Parts: sequence; C-alpha cells; structure tokens
Amino acid sequence: MFDFSFLTNWVHTTLLQYMPEWLAITAECVLIGVLLLLTYSVLALFYIWYERKVCAAFQCRLGPNRVGPWGLLQSVADMFKILIKELISLKYTDKFLFALAPYLVILASMLAFAVLPWGNGLQIINFNIGIFFLIAVSSIGVLGILLAGWSSANKFTLIGALRSGAQMVSYELSIGLSVLTMVAFAGTMNVVEIVEAQSNLWFIFTAHVPAIIAFIIYLIAGTAETNRGPFDLPEAESELTAGYHTEYSGIHFGFFYLAEYLNLFVVSGVATLLFFGGWMPLHIPGWDSFNMVMDWIPSVIWFIGKAVLISFIIIWFKWTFPRLRIDQMLALEWKYLLPINLVNLVVMVLIIVYGIHF
Amino acid sequence: MLILGIQSSTLAITAALTGIGLVALALWLAGLISPSSTNPQKGEAYECGIPTRGESMAQFKVGYYLFAILFLMFDVECVFLFPWAVRVKELGGAGLISIAIFFTILVLGLVYAWRKGALEWK
Repeated sequence: MFDFSFLTNWVHTTLLQYMPEWLAITAECVLIGVLLLLTYSVLALFYIWYERKVCAAFQCRLGPNRVGPWGLLQSVADMFKILIKELISLKYTDKFLFALAPYLVILASMLAFAVLPWGNGLQIINFNIGIFFLIAVSSIGVLGILLAGWSSANKFTLIGALRSGAQMVSYELSIGLSVLTMVAFAGTMNVVEIVEAQSNLWFIFTAHVPAIIAFIIYLIAGTAETNRGPFDLPEAESELTAGYHTEYSGIHFGFFYLAEYLNLFVVSGVATLLFFGGWMPLHIPGWDSFNMVMDWIPSVIWFIGKAVLISFIIIWFKWTFPRLRIDQMLALEWKYLLPINLVNLVVMVLIIVYGIHF
Repeated sequence: MLILGIQSSTLAITAALTGIGLVALALWLAGLISPSSTNPQKGEAYECGIPTRGESMAQFKVGYYLFAILFLMFDVECVFLFPWAVRVKELGGAGLISIAIFFTILVLGLVYAWRKGALEWK
C-alpha cells in the first residue's frame, strides 16, 4: 500500500530547505487550500453528472451525452452557465442573512469534507475527536438552510426551511447514535485509527448484527440529512416550487446545489469510513494472495469507489420510494429509528463488554 | 496530531477559509461576468404572480419548536455518551451500570414525551 505521508513529508522537507519554517507552513496551507478547493468542486461536478446518469438509467433514458465523452462535461457547462446568470436582488429580503446563508452551507460541507481520510497517509484534518468534529460541523448546514428560508421573505421558502430544519435536526440523532455505536466498537474517535482498526476485516463483517442495523439506520438518516430521495419534502417541487432556495438566483443557487451533492459524498464517505473500512482494501484472513492483489489497488481508489457505490444506493432510494408526508417522516424517526437505535447501542455495548466479536 | 508539521486546528481554519474563499471567489467572478438589469417586477417574491399579500416572515406552526426541544435533549445526551463510548472496553461493568442509569432516565424522557403526544404531528 503506497503511503502518501512519504510524499507530503518530501514536500515539507524540500520546502524547509528553501525557506524558514513559518513561510513553509503558510505555503503548505495555501497548497492544501487550493487542492481542497479543486477536489471539492471536481467531486461535486462529478456527483451532479453521476446522479443525472443514474437517474436516467433508472428511467430508461440516456441522460446527458452531448457535452464531452459520455456527457462528462455537462455539469461543468451547467456550472459555467449558472455563473453567468444574473444575481437578482430582491425587495423584501433580509440582505445580510440572505448573503450569509450560502457561506454557512458551503462552510459546513467543506469542513466535513476535509475530515475524511482519503487514503493511506492522505488526510487533512486529523483530530483525535475526528468523527465528533465531523458531526459537529455538518450540523452548521442546518443553520444555513434555516437562514436561507427565513431571510428570503417568501412563504414557500419559509415552509421549506422549517421542514428541512425539523427533518435534519431529527435525523441527526439517528446519525449521531449509529456513529456512536461504531465509535464504541472501534474504541476511538480518530478517523485514521478507525480505518486502521479495520485492516483485517471491515466493521460491517466483524461487528455482528448491530453493525448491519446501524448501517441501515445510518443510510436512511443520511438520505434524510441530505434532503434527498423519499425525504425531499423540504423542496417538494409540486407544492413548494423549490423549497428553501426558491429566491436564490445564479451562482447563489449554485452554492446550495454544490453543497447538496457534496453532502451526499460526505454521508457516503462517513458510511465507508465507519462500516466499510475507509480506504482499507478488502482483506480476507487466510487468503494471502487475494489480499496482495487487493493491496495493489491504490487506497484513494478504494475510498472513492466505495463512497460512490454507497451513493448509488442513496440515489436508488430516490427512484424507489414515494415522498413521505411530514408526520410520517417524523414518526419514522422518533417512533421507529430512535428506539431501535437505542436498543441497538445497548446490544452493541454488551457485545463489546463481553467480547463476543471477531 | 501533526500532518506536515502543521497542527490540525490550523488545517481546520485553512479548510474553513477555503470554504469562505470558494463562495467569495465565485461571487466575485459572477459579479464580473453576469449581466444586471433593473425592473420593478424583478424584486417581487416568487410566489404566485400577483403582488405578495401579508407578512412573509410570518409566525409558523408551534410543532417545529417542540421537535427542536426534543432534539436538544437527545443531542446533549450524545455529547455525554461519546466520551464514554470511546472507553467502553476499559470501563467494563462499572461503567456499564452508571451509563445504564443515565440511559434509563433518558429513555424515560422519551417515553414521557411519547405518552404526552409530543411525537404526534397535529
């Protein structure tokens, strides 16, 4: 497995030869910022294309296929088009909050994005409370959405934002509890250590039934967190025009769009990290030659590949289930997922304490 | 934890600044290349075509507050449970009993809210 920290250390030592330490660190921070920006936008654009292609496949259509090979450049063209559209200033909006909302939404997804471990030695933020930090920053997004809906001075956006707030806040509990279940199993909150704990077998295989239940709950809650699939009632087109971002035009709307798709990646990335071993290749104890072959595939490809596959399931949800009503949505969380999750946590803890796992 | 000899908190600030930078950069670019025209009709809310009636930043259903308060209760619980979850194995039986008491009180709260009908959407 290629260790990327070799590369980063080389960059660090080379820079130190030419400049004092504070300048080297500043340069590295700028470099990291630029790389983060590029990966963020490229991945978001790829996800927009990917979602459209998958949706098209589910509906027996071709999807975007004119711009670039397989329509790959379609989302780039769309983003450019959004960029050249006018930013309309409205009469009754709360100007400051209206402008602040996209910043918060992007900030939340960017910070959550930076915590994910990308590959062997390839992670940006490496706190010892990593996964906790991720949950904390991703909840800033709710604030952005609520502000967007409220400051637009439009009845549709207000209703959309409140629904979205209620939904994201409720399902955050389920996300938190299923993450908690896996953190209890891993015994650490550091993302790198969580991945390394899965070097033999991924948690979904080692942690028995509680891990599978936690994964299913996480997937449902993650779909609701990203306002997608059957839980898209905050932006139910047939009743609320476009939900909380109805009044946003041009690139202002583009930010919400980007953040929505990036959040899809972050949700699948966290699922990968907690249940499917992050960037760890598939290892089967005893099958040494198989493990060697799996080690040949770079860790970044493992991580992104697994995340894209999990996103495929989330996109699949959208075309399988009809949209829920708000009372059904809240009942599902508070009366089913939350109690199941609490029981699941207790079972998991008993398994850990009595050591009945692989 | 150090990466490249940089503290993670510095990197978190870098990531935050990158996020803000992305928005600011794109807004600046859009300001440069996007057209702008004025029209009294443009500033109207996108609601139904006729001028908006009544206050749009209006009062809303109280049910949303109820769920927000319930969320608060369970989210604070998560803050307490995370440090314990990291040390489940080491704490063993004694930790299990003390967290069971905490857990029971919490579940009682949920049961109370359920019986009172706070979880119904009316």
